[in-house]
Amino acid sequence: MTQETVEKVVIFFAGDSGDGIQLTGSQFTNTAALYGNDLSTFPDFPAEIRAPQGTLAGVSGFQLSFGSTEIFTPGDECDVLVVMNVAALKANIKRLKKGGAIIVNTDGFDKRNLRLAGYDDGENPLSDNSLSDYRVSEMNVTKLTRECLVDITLGIKEKDRCKNMFVLGFVYWMYNRTLNHTIDFLTQKFKSKPEVLEANIKVLKAGYNFADTCEISSSRFEVKPAKMSAGTYRNIMGNQATAMGLIAASQQSGLELFYGTYPITPASDILHELAKHKNFGVKSFQAEDEIAAVSAAIGASFGGSLGVTATSGPGVALKGEAIGLAFMLELPLVIVNVQRGGPSTGLPTKTEQADLLQAMYGRNGEAPIPVVSASTPSDCFEASLEACRIAIEHMTPVFFLSDGYIANGAEPWMFPQSKDLKEIKVPMTTKTEDYLPYKRDEKLVREWAIPGMAGLEHRLGGLEKENETGNVSYDSDNHEFMVKTRAEKVERIADFIPLQGIDSGADKGKVLVLAWGSTYGAVKTAVKELLIEGYSVSHAHLRYINPLPKNLSQLLNGFDSVLIPEINDGQLIKIIRDKYLIDAIPFNKIKGTPFEAREIKNRIIELHDGK
Amino acid sequence: MENKGYTAKDFSSDQEVRWCPGCGDYSILKQVQSIMPEIGVDKEDIVFISGIGCSSRFPYYMNTFGMHSIHGRATAIASGLKAARPDLSVWIITGDGDSLSIGGNHLIHLLRRNFDTNILLFNNQIYGLTKGQYSPTSEKGKKTKSTPMGSIDHPFNPLALCMGADATFIARTMDRDPKHMREMLKRSNDHKGSSLLEIYQNCNVFNDGAFFGMTDKETKMNQTLFLEDGQPLLFGENKSKGIKLDGFKPVVVSMEDTSADDLWIHDEKDRVKAGLLTRFFDDEMPRPFGVFYLEDRMLYEEALVGQIEEAKNLKGQGNLDELLKGSNTWSID
Repeated sequence: MTQETVEKVVIFFAGDSGDGIQLTGSQFTNTAALYGNDLSTFPDFPAEIRAPQGTLAGVSGFQLSFGSTEIFTPGDECDVLVVMNVAALKANIKRLKKGGAIIVNTDGFDKRNLRLAGYDDGENPLSDNSLSDYRVSEMNVTKLTRECLVDITLGIKEKDRCKNMFVLGFVYWMYNRTLNHTIDFLTQKFKSKPEVLEANIKVLKAGYNFADTCEISSSRFEVKPAKMSAGTYRNIMGNQATAMGLIAASQQSGLELFYGTYPITPASDILHELAKHKNFGVKSFQAEDEIAAVSAAIGASFGGSLGVTATSGPGVALKGEAIGLAFMLELPLVIVNVQRGGPSTGLPTKTEQADLLQAMYGRNGEAPIPVVSASTPSDCFEASLEACRIAIEHMTPVFFLSDGYIANGAEPWMFPQSKDLKEIKVPMTTKTEDYLPYKRDEKLVREWAIPGMAGLEHRLGGLEKENETGNVSYDSDNHEFMVKTRAEKVERIADFIPLQGIDSGADKGKVLVLAWGSTYGAVKTAVKELLIEGYSVSHAHLRYINPLPKNLSQLLNGFDSVLIPEINDGQLIKIIRDKYLIDAIPFNKIKGTPFEAREIKNRIIELHDGK
Repeated sequence: MENKGYTAKDFSSDQEVRWCPGCGDYSILKQVQSIMPEIGVDKEDIVFISGIGCSSRFPYYMNTFGMHSIHGRATAIASGLKAARPDLSVWIITGDGDSLSIGGNHLIHLLRRNFDTNILLFNNQIYGLTKGQYSPTSEKGKKTKSTPMGSIDHPFNPLALCMGADATFIARTMDRDPKHMREMLKRSNDHKGSSLLEIYQNCNVFNDGAFFGMTDKETKMNQTLFLEDGQPLLFGENKSKGIKLDGFKPVVVSMEDTSADDLWIHDEKDRVKAGLLTRFFDDEMPRPFGVFYLEDRMLYEEALVGQIEEAKNLKGQGNLDELLKGSNTWSID
């Protein structure tokens, strides 16, 4: 047996969507995080909850990159592929680098599974030499799991559900990890089912010991803790961070959080998370549809709460009219869009950044709305908090854009202290009479008065309103004035957001990669590597897309060319070209998957070398 | 109820009322303003929310808090408002198009959740603001601009629909009977839960006389039936007719040969009978007015607040730093 120290490992767990792959992946993630590795994860699952077993369509995957160096993406090529059946192998072998390791559950390669995965009679990738470029470790996980549970009185079905623990134990051994964290987790999860708990722990240990004693796994790897900035860390997923950002905004503003939503992939986990935190006074409301969800949030805001609604692209399409109402009323409202592949129902469980123009322009009439985006799972916290701050302090609906990749991805997070968070100032009126609902301050923000404030009774509505009084007005000059004023109000938010900085590289040079949202990790990795290799390249990552930071034009002018990579067919680039009249160059991927760092890297090199 | 010293005038805003002359909405506005001083709520705690349509201009004319929102969504907006602010008296102003067509979904869900709100459904059986198309309550065969050969839509029976959605208070009144309307408005307000009050309202421009038979002196005695809790179902001139039940079948009888004891006695809490009453919807039976049904049921907003209190008791008031920290952390020096 050899023991090797490596800097970085990419593992891909794959199996049937009922095989417990996501749990296996997240357990390994948490253990790696607690060990002090930097990491990034990417779950990849089918839209069907229990898609037909054994088929390619039913394969669920979980990619994890961890290391002793900084990690910004879940990795391009995998070092290790763990497959519970032949469909999982077939669907994911392309991810594995040459010479990589495959851990195979041979039980998932029987006749039935081979047929379901589309192999002809007699064909089997385990025996036809097609895997000769890889190191294959075969084991019959089902059989080994059952044998280990001979003395346990559970049914076969329940015993077989422990299979994933065998694999997890095996991989823990490979990477020199302890089982403690997972045992703690199982103890908590199955505290009311002692037999199931015993079975899971037994199988976990059996997997570990099997690796230790059997001949098939010849190498063991050491991945040392990463040298990260000093501080206290936790592991965090994007949707969880978004939920926390909303709660933090409620605490920092003193406004009650009302969360109106309708279940939709991949945004539902925000609802699940918030529903757990009612002790923060969070009112979560599962509405009858997307329109009711946003309408209820508007009603709550009218009553003096922080109204938030969350959805994905199809839901935003339904909410459009109500978002226009919130814009017209000038009430705080945050619309969270966890983007997924579109159009229409599209690719519900795959990621895309194709709703940016919808957020920017997807309403009737002149209705500009601020747009804030998150770049990584942990960044969802700060970015959603910022979206709430802008909504409240500027009395406007705000879009917060996340996407399936960062929403379900995880990374270590040096979480902040509440005392370091910005206070959110609520523009609540102090008047007791002579209140004019649409009289504005120097930011063009109106004062807020809510029901219960005696003497301030007033009516709001979606009809065009007279300046200051808010009374219905069809006057043509007033309409033009109001349209311009509302737009100017949103523009002036630029005075209250940070200037755009450069993430990596110099502030002048040959190529600037201007990106937004979840492309952050891939761009960062690519640019950092190219900087080491001596290229003149920089990376700027936008959080605020409407309004854009005031210095962006100046920053763009410092570069010979501007490359805009997006997981869409070119959306930010339209805004940048429109606003700054520059010949920015698009780089697009529309495959429902994130960019790989090497794809970005290759494109930058081409551009840099004048191709 | 306590009188806060308000008069109806205190509830009239400075905006000019712009409904067509002769519209039934004027009568409703007047009666609502007239009961406001009697409901014992401070003016600043009252909110009127409307959708879109002629009736939905209503909040502009009330000197309370108000919102004229978007088509069909007043019920959804009011749900969020009531969830956020259970302390407010929330009134929803809607029409047959607003609540039964574009907003049908939100109406039934508000009713089943039982938010303590008062819904005033102005039913004029026509689209007025868009100048005269048939509505989901227009009768079959109705000729309008959009149905020159007559409507082929089967109309909704609004109260039967609301019964089906498990509403906890269902009543009907009409614009031409201010006294009855006042009483129904007050009873709607008194009910703890979602109150659905259907108001037959005449659109004298696009659907004049839709309820003529129920309001005209000559015919109204025979075509209307006024419900009173604990009283027998009597109607007709000099209450000469009654309704009794033959099994589950309502039968009209003459009081000349029937004793009042044999009649159907109205019981506002009887769900089965209320269901039958909502089906008095054709020319064979008189049209009922009054409170059809009421029940006490848990309020959504109270249960919502209850869960928050329970969570606080179990876990203590939320602490943001604890939340940010989570249960598994590690430190790097």
